[in-house]
Parts: sequence; structure tokens; C-alpha cells
Amino acid sequence: MADILPEHPEFLWHNPDPKPSYDAIIVGGGGHGLATAYYLAKNHGMTNIAVLERGWLAGGNMARNTTIIRSNYLWDESAGMYEKSLKLWEQLPEELEYDFLFSQRGVMNLAHTLGDVRESMRRVGANQLNGVDAEWITPEQVKELCPIINIGDDIRYPVMGATYQPRAGIAKHDHVAWAFARKCDEMGVDIIQNCEVTGFIKDGNRVTGVKTNRGTINAGKVALCGAGHSSVLAEQAGFDLPIQSHPLQALVSELHEPVHPTVVMSNHVHVYVSQAHKGELVMGAGIDTYNGYGQRGAFHVIEEQMAAAVELFPIFGRAHVLRTWGGIVDTTMDASPIVSKTPIDQLYVNCGWGTGGFKGTPGAGFTFAHTIANDEPHELNAGFSIERFETGHLIDEHGAAAVAH
Amino acid sequence: MMLIECPWCGPRNETEYGYGGEAHVAYPADPNALTDNEWAKFLFYRKNPKGLFAERWVHSAGCRRWFNAVRDTLTYEFKAVYKPGEPQPIATTNAPAQGGTK
Repeated sequence: MADILPEHPEFLWHNPDPKPSYDAIIVGGGGHGLATAYYLAKNHGMTNIAVLERGWLAGGNMARNTTIIRSNYLWDESAGMYEKSLKLWEQLPEELEYDFLFSQRGVMNLAHTLGDVRESMRRVGANQLNGVDAEWITPEQVKELCPIINIGDDIRYPVMGATYQPRAGIAKHDHVAWAFARKCDEMGVDIIQNCEVTGFIKDGNRVTGVKTNRGTINAGKVALCGAGHSSVLAEQAGFDLPIQSHPLQALVSELHEPVHPTVVMSNHVHVYVSQAHKGELVMGAGIDTYNGYGQRGAFHVIEEQMAAAVELFPIFGRAHVLRTWGGIVDTTMDASPIVSKTPIDQLYVNCGWGTGGFKGTPGAGFTFAHTIANDEPHELNAGFSIERFETGHLIDEHGAAAVAH
Repeated sequence: MMLIECPWCGPRNETEYGYGGEAHVAYPADPNALTDNEWAKFLFYRKNPKGLFAERWVHSAGCRRWFNAVRDTLTYEFKAVYKPGEPQPIATTNAPAQGGTK
């Protein structure tokens, strides 16, 4: 019966055909690409811009991450970038007029060895000096915050304490992308899906446009937000990136009553767990070791992750896996991102976020937009240049990244 | 779980192997002569193709020997495995066929 059909849903953005030319083109319509477009339009008044997405909006890593948001990284550069990002997260639901279920339920990073304990305490100290809310908590406090966790000392890797960041949390990833996309669309940004960049047009050392499966599009500036495919784009553009792409897997259980009130991450036994608002337990694994673009990984990686989860949370022993999936993460040697100019004029790159890009979405967009608009990095991303691999000013975050790679 | 053919032991489970990244990356012949940029390229830059890739594996839980492979990074399919010193049987973007000596 036609009269009982629901109303057609309101579209959050249009699907325009590409114009012949834009002031700037952003390649990649995931979270980072949309956030970059949003801040370009809002902070820098650049609204004659387009976001080109090869597939559908936010269908890559933005749809595949475990939605964890935190800023408890070790080094000054990282604290600056990730804490800025967290502060933006705190104001975005109101600013974007979209409740994407940002929930500051806290994140714990567990320590299981004396080495972990020392590294964690050092990181807490560094965080506090950088104005990041972080504290060291005992196993008993861990248990108080998350009663289902096993803090017994008779397991292979007992919980010896944790770092805790109360302002950290999770958000509904798809809705974050949709919120950004709607605001971008309102400000006049063209969001163009099913538009794959296949090459770059250059005049000398300056980029002047892109070739796509929907024709050539001229652009004053081109910004790459290609995540796992960043190396492919860079090669087309004619420069090198110190990136290796790997599969990274995650999974969810069936829906359960609320049992897990916070986010628990463990570097050492390697699992990270939260419970989505709907009730699924959301768990992430480490990367599959080999280079891969296949958006899938091996089952033994899931098996190891489950073993860790069940040891930490014995009641998960009877939970069933609902689905598993994989994405492609763009890792760097120092586990820190690249938000930078490139050797090619008016071409910019935001990549290398590896296993932790979701939390960086607003911070990446904010600083990358500044870099694009001014042809100069913002002070917060100056340290995240490609040149750091040449100067040796690496930002080693393998400890705080918390995902093995 | 992939079934990977060790050139010495034959097919074994993926879990027996370790991954060594790009193959045929030679140590600089004259390290003192390198510029900072060339050092950066040697230390931190590796090819990352979507498609055929010449790479190194080690049979850690078997014979513990290193070998080379040509694998498709999109389908994960192994196209060839070959011992160190043997010529690379299939051309890839990071190394030409017959190019490998290491």
C-alpha cells in the first residue's frame, strides 16, 4: 500500500557532476577528506572545491575502524595534534548540528609487564606536561572502572595497571562522515562519488588538475587523502612516500546487554575492546604482517585477538562473532602521520595515519586545510612533514599507537 | 591463512613464516658517499605497489631460511617463490625479472 510507505529519507548531500575546474580538489571522500573540505570552506573561505571519492562516501577505513578517540600520545608533536583533534571532537556535535553519539567514556591502555609499566608511566608524565588528561591507575582501579575485566595474577599476562584518559571515548563513525558531508554540501562543496583519480596533470613542477574516470578536472590545488591507497596516488603524481599498506582487521559480536562501560586497549596481548551503543562488542586486531591492498586478512590474526580478549574478559567466552572485516592501513616507519606539502607545487598529502586515523579526523582536517590554503603547514602539523625522514626528526609513537605494526 | 611454498620445505601454513618486506634492496655500495636524501630513501622508503611485488619471507618455524617471492598484493596470490641468488622469475614494479642477486 503506497500510503503506508515511509517518507523518502532526506538526502544529506547532493551528487553533482564534476565541474571543469575547482580552486582545490581533495582526493578521497573518507573522514579525513571530508573534514579537510569542511575546514577549507569554514576556516579559509574556499568553497569552490570538490571531494572526489573512488567508491561511495566514507566506505573505506571510515566505515571499518573501531571508532576509538583519544590523545594520550608520547611526543610533543603528537600531543599537539591529537589533543587539538580531541578538543575539536568535543565541539563538533554542536558545530555540525548532528548528534553522532560522541561518548567520552574513557580509554584505558593496559600494562602487562614491567616494561609496559615503565613505558606507560613515562607516557602519563609526558601527557600531563602537555595538558592531556592522563593518569596511572592500579589493577583495582581498572576493575572498578570495568568490572568484567580479569585482574587475577594467575594468567599469562596479568593486568599490572593502566594509563587512563577520561576524556577519550568513541563516536559513531558513519554519522561523523555524514555530519561533515552535510555541512560541506551546505557550504557549496561538491561531493562527487564514483569518481576515481587515474592521473595528475602538471605544468612543470606544478599540479594543475586530475584525470578521472569522469573526465579531466582542473584544479588550483590538489590534496591527497587516500589512506591505504596513498602510495598509488603518489606514484601517479610522481613522488615517493615512505608508506607501507597493510590489512588491518576488526570484528563485532552479536548484540549484548551493556557490560563494558569504557574502552580497553592492550598493547601487549593485543586487543582493543569497546561496546557500541547498539550493544555489539567491537574489537580490533593487529595488522597482518605482509603488504596488502585486499581489505581482508587471515583468520589466525582474529584467533590471536580473540584469545587475548577471552583471557582479559572471561565472560566473552560465550559471545559469538557476528562479522569480521578488514581495511587497508597506510603505515609509516615511526607510526606517525604525514600531513605535509610534497615535492610537487600545489600538491599536498595527508596520509600515514596507519591504524589510528579515526581519532585524528578533525585534527587532520583542521591542519591539512590550513596547509592547503596557505601553502604552509600549521604549527601543529609542521613536525609531520615528509622531510622528517630525511632530517631524522622522527616522531616515534610505536608505544602510544597501541596497534602492533 | 595462506599456504606458502617454502623453496626448501614445500607448502606450509602462513603461521610458520615471517615477513621481510621488499626484496632486492641492496645495502649502499659506498655508504659514506650518500646524501641525507639517499639515506632516507634507503632507510625509510620501500615500494608499496598494488599488484605484483617482489618480497622476502623467512620460514621461521621450519628451516629458518630466507627466500624471495613474487606475490600479488591485491589478491595475495603467490606467483613464484625463489631462493636467494636465483633470478627473479617474474617482473614486478620494484624489480625487473632476472634482476635479483641478493
